[in-house]
Amino acid sequence: MTAVLTHLLSARDLDRSQAVAVLDTAAHMAETQSREIKKLPTLRGRTVVNLFYEDSTRTRISFETAAKRLSADVLSFAPKGSSVSKGESLKDTVLTLGAMGADAIVIRHQASGAAHLLAHSGWTEARIINAGDGLHQHPTQALLDAFTLRRHRAHAKGMEGDGLGSDLEGARVVIVGDVLHSRVARANVDLLTTLGAEVTLVAPPTLLPVGVETWSARTTYSLDEAIEETDPDAVMMLRVQLERMSRAGGGFFPSHAEYQREYGLDTKRLGRMRPDALVMHPGPMNRGLEITSAAADGQRSVVVEQVANGVAVRMAVLYLVLTGAEGGPS
Amino acid sequence: MGQGPPGHIVMEADDITRALTRVAHEILESNRGAANLVLLGIPKRGVPLAERLASHIAEIEPGFVVEERLGQLDITMYRDDLRRLHPRPINPTRIPPRGIDGTVVVLIDDVLYSGRTIRAALDALGDHGRPQAVQLAVLVDRGHRELPIRADFVGKNLPTSREERVSVLLQETDDRDAVLITREEEAA
Repeated sequence: MTAVLTHLLSARDLDRSQAVAVLDTAAHMAETQSREIKKLPTLRGRTVVNLFYEDSTRTRISFETAAKRLSADVLSFAPKGSSVSKGESLKDTVLTLGAMGADAIVIRHQASGAAHLLAHSGWTEARIINAGDGLHQHPTQALLDAFTLRRHRAHAKGMEGDGLGSDLEGARVVIVGDVLHSRVARANVDLLTTLGAEVTLVAPPTLLPVGVETWSARTTYSLDEAIEETDPDAVMMLRVQLERMSRAGGGFFPSHAEYQREYGLDTKRLGRMRPDALVMHPGPMNRGLEITSAAADGQRSVVVEQVANGVAVRMAVLYLVLTGAEGGPS
Repeated sequence: MGQGPPGHIVMEADDITRALTRVAHEILESNRGAANLVLLGIPKRGVPLAERLASHIAEIEPGFVVEERLGQLDITMYRDDLRRLHPRPINPTRIPPRGIDGTVVVLIDDVLYSGRTIRAALDALGDHGRPQAVQLAVLVDRGHRELPIRADFVGKNLPTSREERVSVLLQETDDRDAVLITREEEAA
């Protein structure tokens, strides 16, 4: 059977077999995207609302593309220019969207737990997909990262079909940078370890959150040591979230130059990694800070592929969340 | 599972083989050979049936290269009951390399019932190209159509009531060849 998803709020909602089922569905979705006619009639007549309280380019466009490829109607909502600027609450906004017949709400919000609140508030019958909530979770980003990793592992092993049915057992992933402010890191630690990968977090002590020792990942302060010791299959560079810091480094690190020297990915560090190791970044990139242009645009970079895979993964999530929505579970 | 559903056997392995052999001949006869044919099985059990028909046709027409003419067409994303059913696993679609434009596509499924699967298959096919003609071959036609759809080639016509269930079992998917009829209450 395929995974039954009511909402997708956190990468922790998925156990290993469900996560593999989502990735498999995404692989089939990806296959349809190489056809001349990319549009499928699957969600015809359903309405998907993108409710983005925080700025976003790729996630919003990715969800919009995914919904449109499945023939759903898409409403995009941005608080600027809406009644939110007049002080409308999240509750009233959601009640309004429900009255307009939203079948699914894709929400990004600056408050951790916003998606969970919507799903459990009783304000709406719509299925909720978390597209990033505060410092908490970003499950579709983790799914697209896992999808990208799995695909490359399958190709490296000469497996057919993008690794259908397989997990990430034994894969080694190093996640580097601003872990403190990163919902991408949290979601990835949860999902990648659920799938059997070993995750190492690398950050200066100031950019590691309190309680990180309870996460299912190893932590270290030295990127060179992490590369040396784990011989990773992939390094995932996190964006330094300057907008969440007060000044240049906000007191989190002394200077951009020093951050770049200790934690930036450049061709020298890349040269110490396995020739087939992947370079990943969830975007948007601070070129010259956490990653140099040479590393970002190099042969091992899968940054652009991550974006393409994001559409397939979000198609899969919309499909799984929105089919069988009527009549409840049988 | 083990034995599979209990029920009344209406086709044994030999009957299935004979029916498929006849259908293979009928397909060639009505299309005057295999020059322009593409066979597409509908998952799940239409796929092994399409493979068997293709190898029968290859035996009769030596110029028929199975790898270039055989594929499968998944219809999950085109169903009209997705709102009510649990999400179904999606199967791969494989279209032969030269595509289906201008060919005669024979869709192959195990049981023809309401016709809704075939309606979905026609929609799916349209997203892959424009065949010159589309034909339908099924192992069992059990009646009770809900749409104006009919089969061009039928292994066996099987009058049934709606309370009955028809199960096609194939070696490739179920470890034995048989067609069974079960009353709904027995099956439940």
